[in-house]
Amino acid sequence: MLDVKIPEGKLSEKWTHYKGHCKLVNPANKRNLEIIVVGTGLAGASAAASLGELGYQVKAFCFQDSPRRAHSIAAQGGINAAKNYQNDGDSVYRLFYDTIKGGDYRARESNVHRLAEVSTNIIDQCVAQGVPFAREYGGLLSNRSFGGTQVQRTFYAAGQTGQQLLIGAYQALERQIALGNVKMYNRHEMLDIVMVEDKARGIIARDLITGNLERHFGHAVLLCTGGYGNVFYLSTNAMGSNVTAAWKAHKKGAFFGNPCFTQIHPTCIPVSGDHQSKLTLMSESLRNDGRIWVPIKKEDSRKAKDIPETERDYYLERRYPAFGNLVPRDVASRAAKERCDAGYGVGTSKQAVYLDFTEAIIRYGKIEIGKKGLTTISESDIYKLGVDVVKEKYGNLFDMYQKITGDNPYEVPMRIYPAVHYTMGGLWVDYELMTSVKGLYCLGEANFSDHGANRLGASALMQGLADGYFVIPYTVGNYLADEIRTTNISTNHPAFAETEKKVNDRIEQLMQIKGTKSVESFHKRLGKIMWEKCGMARNAEGLKQAISEIQNLKKEFWNDVRIPGSIYEMNPELDKAGRVADFIELGELMCLDALTREESCGGHFREEFQTSDGETLRQDDKFMFVSNWEHKGEHEWELIKEELKYEEVKPSKRSYK
Amino acid sequence: MEQKSISLKLKVWKQKNSQTKGSFETHSMNDVSTEMSFLEMFDVLNEKLIQEGKEPIAFDHDCREGICGMCSMYINGRPHGPWHETTTCQLHMRAFNNGETIVVEPWRANAFPVIKDLIVDRTPFDRIIQAGGFISVNTGNAVDANSLPVEKSKADASFAAAACIGCGACVAACKNSSAMLFVSAKVTHLALIPQGDPERKTRALDMVAQMDKEGFGACTNTGACEAVCPKGISLENIARLNKEYLLAGLTSEL
Ligand SMILES: Cc1cc2nc3c(=O)[nH]c(=O)nc-3n(C[C@H](O)[C@H](O)[C@H](O)COP(=O)(O)OP(=O)(O)OC[C@H]3O[C@@H](n4cnc5c(N)ncnc54)[C@H](O)[C@@H]3O)c2cc1C
Ligand code: SF4
Ligand code: FES
Repeated sequence: MLDVKIPEGKLSEKWTHYKGHCKLVNPANKRNLEIIVVGTGLAGASAAASLGELGYQVKAFCFQDSPRRAHSIAAQGGINAAKNYQNDGDSVYRLFYDTIKGGDYRARESNVHRLAEVSTNIIDQCVAQGVPFAREYGGLLSNRSFGGTQVQRTFYAAGQTGQQLLIGAYQALERQIALGNVKMYNRHEMLDIVMVEDKARGIIARDLITGNLERHFGHAVLLCTGGYGNVFYLSTNAMGSNVTAAWKAHKKGAFFGNPCFTQIHPTCIPVSGDHQSKLTLMSESLRNDGRIWVPIKKEDSRKAKDIPETERDYYLERRYPAFGNLVPRDVASRAAKERCDAGYGVGTSKQAVYLDFTEAIIRYGKIEIGKKGLTTISESDIYKLGVDVVKEKYGNLFDMYQKITGDNPYEVPMRIYPAVHYTMGGLWVDYELMTSVKGLYCLGEANFSDHGANRLGASALMQGLADGYFVIPYTVGNYLADEIRTTNISTNHPAFAETEKKVNDRIEQLMQIKGTKSVESFHKRLGKIMWEKCGMARNAEGLKQAISEIQNLKKEFWNDVRIPGSIYEMNPELDKAGRVADFIELGELMCLDALTREESCGGHFREEFQTSDGETLRQDDKFMFVSNWEHKGEHEWELIKEELKYEEVKPSKRSYK
Repeated sequence: MEQKSISLKLKVWKQKNSQTKGSFETHSMNDVSTEMSFLEMFDVLNEKLIQEGKEPIAFDHDCREGICGMCSMYINGRPHGPWHETTTCQLHMRAFNNGETIVVEPWRANAFPVIKDLIVDRTPFDRIIQAGGFISVNTGNAVDANSLPVEKSKADASFAAAACIGCGACVAACKNSSAMLFVSAKVTHLALIPQGDPERKTRALDMVAQMDKEGFGACTNTGACEAVCPKGISLENIARLNKEYLLAGLTSEL
């Protein structure tokens, strides 16, 4: 059964207690222990670098041409930490509380408290590495607000926070590579876990340039392979983000936790046509200054600037006066969908709402006048001064918007719509970040931990780096201390040969189908089913239909997919085929999970469970648990529950009104 | 924005692998929406090629947001194509006219051999970083983040240099295939903040030595790199690198 391994003691003392009592590995033994790190985004790069520094022998893998390109690079808005530099009442407890509440009481208290505790170390570490966070004129660090909180605790580097944090972790990693502590395998894809007896002991990876399969041994294996939002085809994730590593682990016995918990981000650039390959996020930080509205009149086709103030509905400010435009993402997304479905949407597709900066621009313009002591000045000059301020804050986002849409957001309000963004679900892990398979760990977005049913903005970067820099170096040692007598297992061991053969057979099977439809076309169809039936709103009937549609899609895929080229060469279509095949299976499990969870919480909105004013209705008496799914066979899973016990926080109705 | 449909001719580089010689292939495309991104236009083309039983064109890409630095196409004689400070993935078909012929090649540089079609090997950039593009601080060593104030103007300039995405367009644009803009951006990022100060000298010397070893050419200050850099990394960084390098050379103990 599930052993969560939560340390004894008061919540606020658990991590300290754990660190003081966990087993250690002495430096001489560390040199003989090999650790495989799959994925070098924020979670993987920080883990690989830190473990290399400690003296372990690390092998790290990524499918891009360099670790610097992981999806983490695209994070825009910022990273949270309970530094309380703004003296506005923040504390470790408040960050912990906000995260638990933001997750709609479906996260594990002990993990979240640890996350809040180490958040402050992350900022120190990153600054020491040279991460150029935004600063005030006095030279100290600047902060901004994100959704779901009432303090300013978000650290940022313009709209490129993920880039700067990843470059910091990447540089630390490259330093360890140069020192010989880490060996990097880029353009490699992990395709299976090798189990020797009941422990994870290595991986099978494919060299994406030559197509050759490779065997790699490790005393422990860490999966840091990111989220699976691309199961919806269209999402804000990078094109290559996929579930394959986690899915292979799932099939080797790792439980999948809360697979249906998906985050739909409220502010993304709307779909422009059938050619659409991905969706682009407009950072949540924009909601600091932008106001969201739709016309009060249905199907109003006037231009935004021709709609007078009195005929605009600032629906978030109207419905949620306490948090206004800064309500959490799930709440803001549903509210946008509600308005568009009711016929108030804007733009040609009518599937969009306005994000308007006019007022902020004028406000900033006036402040500049004050600063500069100007007296007689025209309205257009005020506007220009304001534009300069907004440019400094969000320039790269505004430019991106203009390149994609062709509209100038300094002059006309942005059009935005919700899009799939993040997956709270993932491989189940215990307090030590170990999956239900011994010696197999999971870090970052790939695990289910910390965010419950809804993640607050700027908390994913925090979690990835907490896991990699500050948690795994302790917890993996606690396991490896008992492994110092395990000498390296030869990759000629039958377990390696068997696993490699299975991987190879599957690749050959894919290539032999020689059907008529492209991999992409299957991915698009899967995405459509998922978005319509397992997206922002779900119901039992739709989910049942989705399951049978996905099962049929799977059959069709394995009979009719066409993969050009051959195995032993660079073949992006073949790489994609393996990933889409896994997404199809995952899609089915997500729908099953959504169907089983008969309540609404966070991003999981079951239409049957809502209040009269359209808010989520949790069923705490029945569903206060993490849904863990154990793979039993084709289309077969068993549900294993981790009951959630709230010792510190009292779950209440989550209200932002 | 108003949506139009255009027709195009594409001349694209095809090359099986690093051992074989490549050549151009021509494709006609009709009904290309001007709202598509340049890479979405390639998606549509590849879908068509697969339907026709042909091999699609391989190209590098991931974020499609102009930040990962993975996309790398040399479009009509210019890395990343015609738009100022824009990566290939952010370029949209609005930039082209009906009936136009577009020529697409991989980055061309000895240090960046072609792997397949439009994909090149940019690992030399990683090795340059390995040579010194970091601050030697282990996890857990850090002091409080606000214990060392950094002048805002310096922090901002450091950030501007750190915005480099490592795409290699600067190398592709340079007639000498020099990597000076890339190296100078990293040296500047770390030289302008106090945390980077202790390793300033060795960093500049070691990174330049590695750059030479990788087979990048010399910098003759033509400015072609700055003109195509999608992140607006300026030539001032190269001037700073030269200064850092000279100073380090003069003062390093032998
Ligand atoms: C547009 C956007 C903006 C965001 N902004 C923010 C923000 O402002 N603040 C915030 O906190 N969060 C933000 N997020 C979320 C956050 O960026 C991610 O959750 C986080 O970066 C994930 O990091 P990771 O290390 O877990 O995974 P990733 O960065 O996705 O890295 C995954 C790694 O695994 C590798 N990999 C995957 N599969 C395999 C395999 N089979 N074999 C080998 N390697 C493999 C990849 O190569 C890669 O190196 C944003 C997300 C998006 C999409
Ligand atoms: S300096 Fe500019 S062109 Fe060169 S790698 Fe960096 S971002 Fe690309
Ligand atoms: S695909 Fe990431 S920069 Fe173009």
